Amino acid sequence: MLSRTADSLYWMARYTERAENTARLLDVTYRMSLQRHAAQGGYWGAALGITGLESAYKAKHGAITAANALHFMAIDLDNGSSILACLRAARENCHAVRGTVTSEVWETLNTTWIEARESVGGLLQGAIQGSELTKYLEWVKFRSHLSRGVTVGTMLQDEAFHFIRLGTFLERADNTARLLDVKFDELAPEETPGDEYYEWGALLRSVSAFEIYRKVYRDVITPPRIAELLILRDAMPRSLHACMREVDQILRLVGNDRSHEARRQAGEVYSRLRYGRIEHILQVGLHDYLTDFLERTADLGQRIAQDFLVPMA
Amino acid sequence: MAEIFDEMHAPDGCMRAHYAPYQDWLSLMPPVHIAQKRAEADSAFHRYGITFAVYGKEAGKERLIPFDIVPRIIPHFEWQMLERGLRQRVGALNAFIQDIYSGQRIIKAGLIAPEQVFCNAQYRPEMQGVAVRNEIYAHIAGIDIVRAALPGGDAAYYVLEDNLRVPSGVSYMLENRRMMLRLFPELFARYKVLPVEHYPDLLLDTLRQVGPPGVDDPSVVVLTPGAYNSAYFEHAFLAQQMGVELVEGKDLYVHDETLFMRTTQGPLRVDVIYRRIDDDFLDPLAFRGDSALGVAGLLSVYRAGRVTLANAIGTGVADDKSIYPYVPDMIRFYLSEEPIITNVPTYQCRKADELSYVLTNMGELVVKETHGAGGYGMLVGPASTRAEIDAFRERVRAAPDKYIAQPTLALSACPTFVEAGIAPRHIDLRPFVLSGKGVRMAPGGLTRVALKAGSLVVNSSQGGGTKDTWVLES
Repeated sequence: MLSRTADSLYWMARYTERAENTARLLDVTYRMSLQRHAAQGGYWGAALGITGLESAYKAKHGAITAANALHFMAIDLDNGSSILACLRAARENCHAVRGTVTSEVWETLNTTWIEARESVGGLLQGAIQGSELTKYLEWVKFRSHLSRGVTVGTMLQDEAFHFIRLGTFLERADNTARLLDVKFDELAPEETPGDEYYEWGALLRSVSAFEIYRKVYRDVITPPRIAELLILRDAMPRSLHACMREVDQILRLVGNDRSHEARRQAGEVYSRLRYGRIEHILQVGLHDYLTDFLERTADLGQRIAQDFLVPMA
Repeated sequence: MAEIFDEMHAPDGCMRAHYAPYQDWLSLMPPVHIAQKRAEADSAFHRYGITFAVYGKEAGKERLIPFDIVPRIIPHFEWQMLERGLRQRVGALNAFIQDIYSGQRIIKAGLIAPEQVFCNAQYRPEMQGVAVRNEIYAHIAGIDIVRAALPGGDAAYYVLEDNLRVPSGVSYMLENRRMMLRLFPELFARYKVLPVEHYPDLLLDTLRQVGPPGVDDPSVVVLTPGAYNSAYFEHAFLAQQMGVELVEGKDLYVHDETLFMRTTQGPLRVDVIYRRIDDDFLDPLAFRGDSALGVAGLLSVYRAGRVTLANAIGTGVADDKSIYPYVPDMIRFYLSEEPIITNVPTYQCRKADELSYVLTNMGELVVKETHGAGGYGMLVGPASTRAEIDAFRERVRAAPDKYIAQPTLALSACPTFVEAGIAPRHIDLRPFVLSGKGVRMAPGGLTRVALKAGSLVVNSSQGGGTKDTWVLES
């Protein structure tokens, strides 16, 4: 397969996943901000911090307000990481390889972009809030489920499929790690159990893990268990362990004669998750652990780009 | 202007026999049903992204080419004649190109003046003496055919233009058929329509037949300028239908006199390129140095016979409008046959007596730039104002070599859905002719229709639409 094609497929999947994760992040931030008005600026600042968008936001809007932050992250096309911009980028990457994906995949991504553009164009004064916002976020998640479903349900499981999946899981691992990091970073020092319950609950809901938590632990919500669930549980589809297991397997399938180092790195990250214990992670410190994880996956992403996507002649 | 030939109705108002079953069916259809089907077609084309990018003032937008649901129907015997004529014409054109780049017999025989060929901007001296597989240059040809009324109520087919560089539109031929089958399956029970869906197979087979000598299992790619090109949909569509890679120039590189593409598994050799970019952009080392679309060193690999380009470099020398008047002579010269489909009578402004006729009668003529394409750079006399004609006359007078003129043909008209209901609109036909070891084509081609009342310009860049084209089985 052409390297450029693999590159487009990989980024198509990453942008689709990023749009979904941003929608999840905005959803949880919005819910929390409704419950604790005092901490509003903090929540939105944290949301911008997670995605590394703080300085771009400040350059455009200055002080952090809920309305501006929402606009910036949900529908602002000047922000290349906004949901709308991600949907466009996913569609454009898909457009570049429309002959490689099935027509169902192309039609799904194309329709998502057309409908997103139309629904945003129809907003009053271009502002997004209240029920419009929650409807939009739900819709983004739903379209992401649909893209994934149509990919798994219609595509031949060849290299093209593998590179799509590779993009999905690397992006998801990155997003779960960031979400965890910011919540623990911002919230752990506060010790007001009543409020905390809602915040941890919101975090779990943002990764569709609230019911799963109940099912797995049958007990009260505690931060170490949340960390355990989202980092080490292999059966939890958005956990770092589950994502890196997929990445490790896919790299085994697509390997070429340059990719030994990428495979070694992926195997190392995966093994640490597979055999790790939450007590040790908490001893190191969650923030340090997650920072290290994000650095390693970023390195791995670069390695993959070099070995497969934009190789030297 | 002469009578307009109506494809569906005879001059006495009767339905022509091959349209009768369609009319019967249509008369049973409630208008609401038809309107619904038309809307369905539009939304499906949007969803599939069967769009073309627009250049100029609305640059960057993607538009649908309007699709009309009334098919253009061609009786079997008419198509047989057309097919023979196309085979003959494309054969002669390929012989001409081969001759121009090897011995120039036709020039030595005095049929065409040397400056007509060698001073032509489309002539490529780099191609002199290059051995081309099977002596085929234009592997894919799109021949534009029109039909015009003759005195006495009959009509004749004419070739209006040959497209031998990178003719486009075949994807619409295929998608239009798919759409008709999806919207109106019951119609195909009333008609035996020859299938066209095998065109991508014919194309792939043709491309594989012309691979470099000594390569048993040639690897084929489609070369596109990229996703922002107006015909990108077609490039992607054909690559997908043939199951070959769609590449851009930056995916390819030359190493050791061989062409490779960069893949996730390392370099892979490329043998045949179905290229959808113009000669000028193919190789920055040989042609335009500022081209980022091509592959440095491609020409040297090509000249060494280690890769096939379809179409070959330099085919434009045969489809230029200044060469068009000579095609009937080519058919006589190379094949010793009389042309089966005739040319539209053409005045060459480079000849003094013809120029003075054109300048005097410009109001009745269609005047075209010899290098123009896409309906640009032309004047339709009867549809133009006094001032437009005067301005164009000055342009022709200043550079007569650059213009030809033809009588304004009354293109035949086919019933078409418009705002006010069904009305006749002018049409043309572009069949796609494939030349490899033999000459093959899918029956029919792309019918384009001018949607504005009275307009003769069918180009999609100028608001034309398309129709499904049915060649009947018997």
